[in-house]
Amino acid sequence: MTLTNITGIARSEGDPRIERKGPSSMRGADRLARALGWFSIGLGLTELVAPGRLARALGLEGKEGLIRAYGARELASAMPTLSIDKPIGLAARIGGDALDLATLATALGRDNPKRRNAAIATALVVGITLLDVAAYTGVKAAHRRSPGDDRDYSDRSGFPRGAQASRGLAREDFNIPPDYRAEGTVADALPVLAL
Amino acid sequence: MKALVWHGKEDIRYDTVSDPAIEHPRDAIIKVTSCAICGSDLHLFHNLVPAMLPGDIMGHETMGEVVEVGSDAKGSLKKGDRVVIPFTIQCGECDQCRRGNFSVCERTNRKKELGDKAFGHATAGLFGYTHLTGGYPGGQAEYLRVPFADTTHIKVPGGIDDEKLLFLSDILPTGWQAAVQADIQPGDTVAVWGCGPVGQMTIRSAILLGAEQVVAIDHLPERLSMAAAAGAITINFAEESVVDRLNELTGGKGPHKCIDAVGTESHVNFGQPDTVLDRAKQMLMMENDRPHVLREMIFVCRPGGVISIIGVYLGLVDKIPMGQAMNKGLTFRMAQAHVPRWTGDLLRRIEEGQIDPSFVITHKVDLSQGPEMYATFRDKADGCIKVMLQP
Repeated sequence: MTLTNITGIARSEGDPRIERKGPSSMRGADRLARALGWFSIGLGLTELVAPGRLARALGLEGKEGLIRAYGARELASAMPTLSIDKPIGLAARIGGDALDLATLATALGRDNPKRRNAAIATALVVGITLLDVAAYTGVKAAHRRSPGDDRDYSDRSGFPRGAQASRGLAREDFNIPPDYRAEGTVADALPVLAL
Repeated sequence: MKALVWHGKEDIRYDTVSDPAIEHPRDAIIKVTSCAICGSDLHLFHNLVPAMLPGDIMGHETMGEVVEVGSDAKGSLKKGDRVVIPFTIQCGECDQCRRGNFSVCERTNRKKELGDKAFGHATAGLFGYTHLTGGYPGGQAEYLRVPFADTTHIKVPGGIDDEKLLFLSDILPTGWQAAVQADIQPGDTVAVWGCGPVGQMTIRSAILLGAEQVVAIDHLPERLSMAAAAGAITINFAEESVVDRLNELTGGKGPHKCIDAVGTESHVNFGQPDTVLDRAKQMLMMENDRPHVLREMIFVCRPGGVISIIGVYLGLVDKIPMGQAMNKGLTFRMAQAHVPRWTGDLLRRIEEGQIDPSFVITHKVDLSQGPEMYATFRDKADGCIKVMLQP
């Protein structure tokens, strides 16, 4: 539920209504990042709420605390992933994926009766990691400044009479309004000081 | 009609929407000829104000031609009039309007109850700028309904290009007010943080008002080059210490006047650790704004100096050194621009060739390219400083 729902904000009756949606400012990588951010929240909550069930399903009994910590990590990385600082969140997710894979690797041994589940989970994490990497590189590429962006606008003074000739031009016919005066001058203050 | 519509964080779309209609006798409808994306639109693009609804039309820098006039506005407007629309909606009759404080008009915010809750007292209605300021549809569209149109317009003559007039709607009077509220006097050193469109107009206003030294602070080379073109001394904060350089330029005394043309979204970098902390807190909804510039201004400003804030702040800020400010005897002035208070004078200065605000336009495109231009402007890509859109 968003704040606008809570506060009951509504559009006024006569305002224009959408008849047909058009192209968006969001790019593919942005949408993928957003989806991964929400996935992080879902997985993080699951790991926080049901670490025991996950541990049993993967044959990782005794590592419930670690799974819960990973849940907190997922939520922490979801924040920036869903924000405008997506690369930070996605980089954190990629690091987290590496930790997940390392932990799952310990469950792939022949002695684990749930190793099939662990193998499926590993394959899923590998897939998610690829998506994270694709989103990270996509977002970085879509929103980076390239070297050619440093344009030279040194010919744009905005002063048709030239910068030097324009200095103080407005003082000839503009006085700071009384309600915007912030400081008196020394000359203003002298009569007071003389008292 | 076509319009740029807010759908969510970073999601602006070029939608087809129903046409606006006269709803009140003081209304007028204008056919938009030009509009622009403002730096403050990016705060909505980033969803930093949780008071937008999917379907809200963006935009508060708009001009066009009057095509329909309500019965009560006919005394001051007629079909065919060429008008620039101030971003503030003003009744012209309330106590604040009579004082010239148009951006805090007491009657035009149609969601006053919400504004009262958010700000203590509601501010004026604004176009395309959240439901806290009335939720009025904005002007990045083919047509715009102008409420209180008899007092919410600037008539402009023919024969001058839209490019020179459009910015009377916001950034030119905003930059002018930033300089005026700093009470610039000849001999002053004026430091301006932020060389975006408002910062550029502030720099020019400070020079017109006779500041001896204007120092422009940013980290983007193209913006600094535009500031230097007007005669400003530039500081690239990514390459040198702002405080050290300002002290060096003022014989160790600090600037007389410090102007914040950045506002809520200060650049985040590890060289300025407070910005990183602010960003983290902002993400966790523990702080609304990133006030690095405010902190730096208070620290470096000359005792007895003036802090002028024109960059938009949204809500709560942390770690503002009020002890420094109080003991140095600083004067703070801040406001959204009271646009019509200055536009008559500024229009004359444009007509007389004292200033040509079109210098700031780096991208002029069709309205349909609006969504991608939001991303380009936000990313500061392609040398983008100011985007002008034409339906």
